[in-house]
Amino acid sequence: MGKTITEKIFDAHCTDEPFTGTYVLKLDAVFCHEITTPIAINDLVRRGKDRVFDRNRIKAVIDHVTPAKDSKTAEQGKIMRDWARRHKIKDFFDVGSNGVCHALFPEKGFVRPGYTIIMGDSHTCTHGAFGAFAAGVGTTDLEVGILKGVCAFRKPQTIRVNLTGKPGKGVYAKDLILEVINKLTVKGATDCVIEFHGPVVAAMTMDSRMTLCNMAIEAGGTSGICMPDLVTVKYLWPFIKKQYASTGAAVQAFKKWHSDPDAEYVRVLDINVSKSAPRVTVGYKPDESKEVSAVKGTRVDQVYLGSCTNGRLEDLAIAAKMLKGKKIAPTVRGIVSPATPAVFAAALKRGYIDTFMKAGMCVTNPTCGACLGMSNGVLASGEVCASTTNRNFFGRMGKGGMVHLMSPATAAATAITGVITDPRKYL
Amino acid sequence: MKNFSGRVLFLDRSDINTDEIIPAKYLTEVSKEALKPHILEDLKLPSFSGPADCAGKSVIITRANFGCGSSREHAPWVLEVNGITAVIAESYARIFRQNMFNCGLLAIELKKEDIEGVFALKADDAVMDIDFSARRITVTSSHGRKEITFFLSPFDASLVEAGGWVEFADKRY
Repeated sequence: MGKTITEKIFDAHCTDEPFTGTYVLKLDAVFCHEITTPIAINDLVRRGKDRVFDRNRIKAVIDHVTPAKDSKTAEQGKIMRDWARRHKIKDFFDVGSNGVCHALFPEKGFVRPGYTIIMGDSHTCTHGAFGAFAAGVGTTDLEVGILKGVCAFRKPQTIRVNLTGKPGKGVYAKDLILEVINKLTVKGATDCVIEFHGPVVAAMTMDSRMTLCNMAIEAGGTSGICMPDLVTVKYLWPFIKKQYASTGAAVQAFKKWHSDPDAEYVRVLDINVSKSAPRVTVGYKPDESKEVSAVKGTRVDQVYLGSCTNGRLEDLAIAAKMLKGKKIAPTVRGIVSPATPAVFAAALKRGYIDTFMKAGMCVTNPTCGACLGMSNGVLASGEVCASTTNRNFFGRMGKGGMVHLMSPATAAATAITGVITDPRKYL
Repeated sequence: MKNFSGRVLFLDRSDINTDEIIPAKYLTEVSKEALKPHILEDLKLPSFSGPADCAGKSVIITRANFGCGSSREHAPWVLEVNGITAVIAESYARIFRQNMFNCGLLAIELKKEDIEGVFALKADDAVMDIDFSARRITVTSSHGRKEITFFLSPFDASLVEAGGWVEFADKRY
């Protein structure tokens, strides 16, 4: 019987099986940010084990609250900074070079097909877009990862999602993943990897594939994953061109990470996206989404464009195209957080930042900020935000606040009118 | 190994998420103890009146998919610093469940009907005795008494016995 990509990655990285069904994997990369890493660092120091398994395989960033907003976040930054210097971690991104981890690290070429990656962040599943096994973990797993370069997993089962047909106008990766989560439910993929297949995925950019994989965790998934192909290779080419004679050779080499045709799946979900529509979440769980027509007209106080889900250049481009020459509604606060300095710079060069500012929006530095109610756009109790982020839990963006998750296009249309709006009439 | 027995906190809802267990705004703390007053602060349930209800409790009994959402280990930590060392649920989010065992805490899964059976004994005086070696929980309240056996994978049990994943991994790797 054939194997899934995840089974192949597990086979290639398993260094110990202490008990049947428990796989201890060697890690190709351990990603760190300032919210979940400082307690691991402090614990290693307390144990007299302040070491790192491989300083070149550890990548660190300050992204959740940056620049520091108060003494506590300044202390978290300092712990990270001192630790990175102490261990000569060269890939450490601080104020001036930092951005949202799941947008920044792929951009820096730190993710490769077949890699095993952990991070103390649930949206680590984003990196599966490159054909890597990338899982969010807690601080203890992170701590052992930093110290030993290993992490234990039960071998996940795989759910195969086939996206066929042709997405209509105004339907993006965000709408499709909201539809997938709606079908799977918030626990439907627990202990599973979600594999994305089909012509719709094959035609997607890496930015879109990252949006797709980013929200696998919202269905409970251990990771999302796409098969590496020419799109993947072209994205990675500046980082891998010395290793392969041509892009074609790289595509060929990465085929060893493709799931076999006779691989076993615990569930197969077929979605013909020709029938899909822009979607918006309506409640406090990411699986509670409806077609935009069902919620259009809902008043919002804030529109947020950013995050590891939808803060990349492609996302800003869609919104800028719709907002060009327009003003956002006077009742709405519009906030744009380009996910990385490179995204910011490109958006500036292409005139998107000018468009956003002329529309009356605030453009912040790259940070996770408002997504989890930590900075740069926290809601007051009773306020509502139309957001391109990934979680709509009650109070997520501020105590008593409500979040409607949607695509950048739907968010831009909503910013213009001040109420949840179908983006298709602006496209 | 920790003590896993004591008074029971009943949280009668599925999909209780990490933001409800400990809101993100407290993730700026760099000590576990500082999280203590904020346990389940954003959880809104008819039968739950906030952090004060957690005082003196050692075990949480809840429904399906407990701990979904964020990877923050602050969720198990805020339970631990409040003296809650075990959670009993129909199912868990993967990362939360792993984090519990990684801290040497217990995340026990029971069948839906067994969870119902425990909720049937819901009362202020409910006490749960967890016999780790016998893999058996005993719930006693003014509504009655119930014994249920549970299963732990050998790996999960080893983490509890070792006191957590750092201790386990440090000896082995």
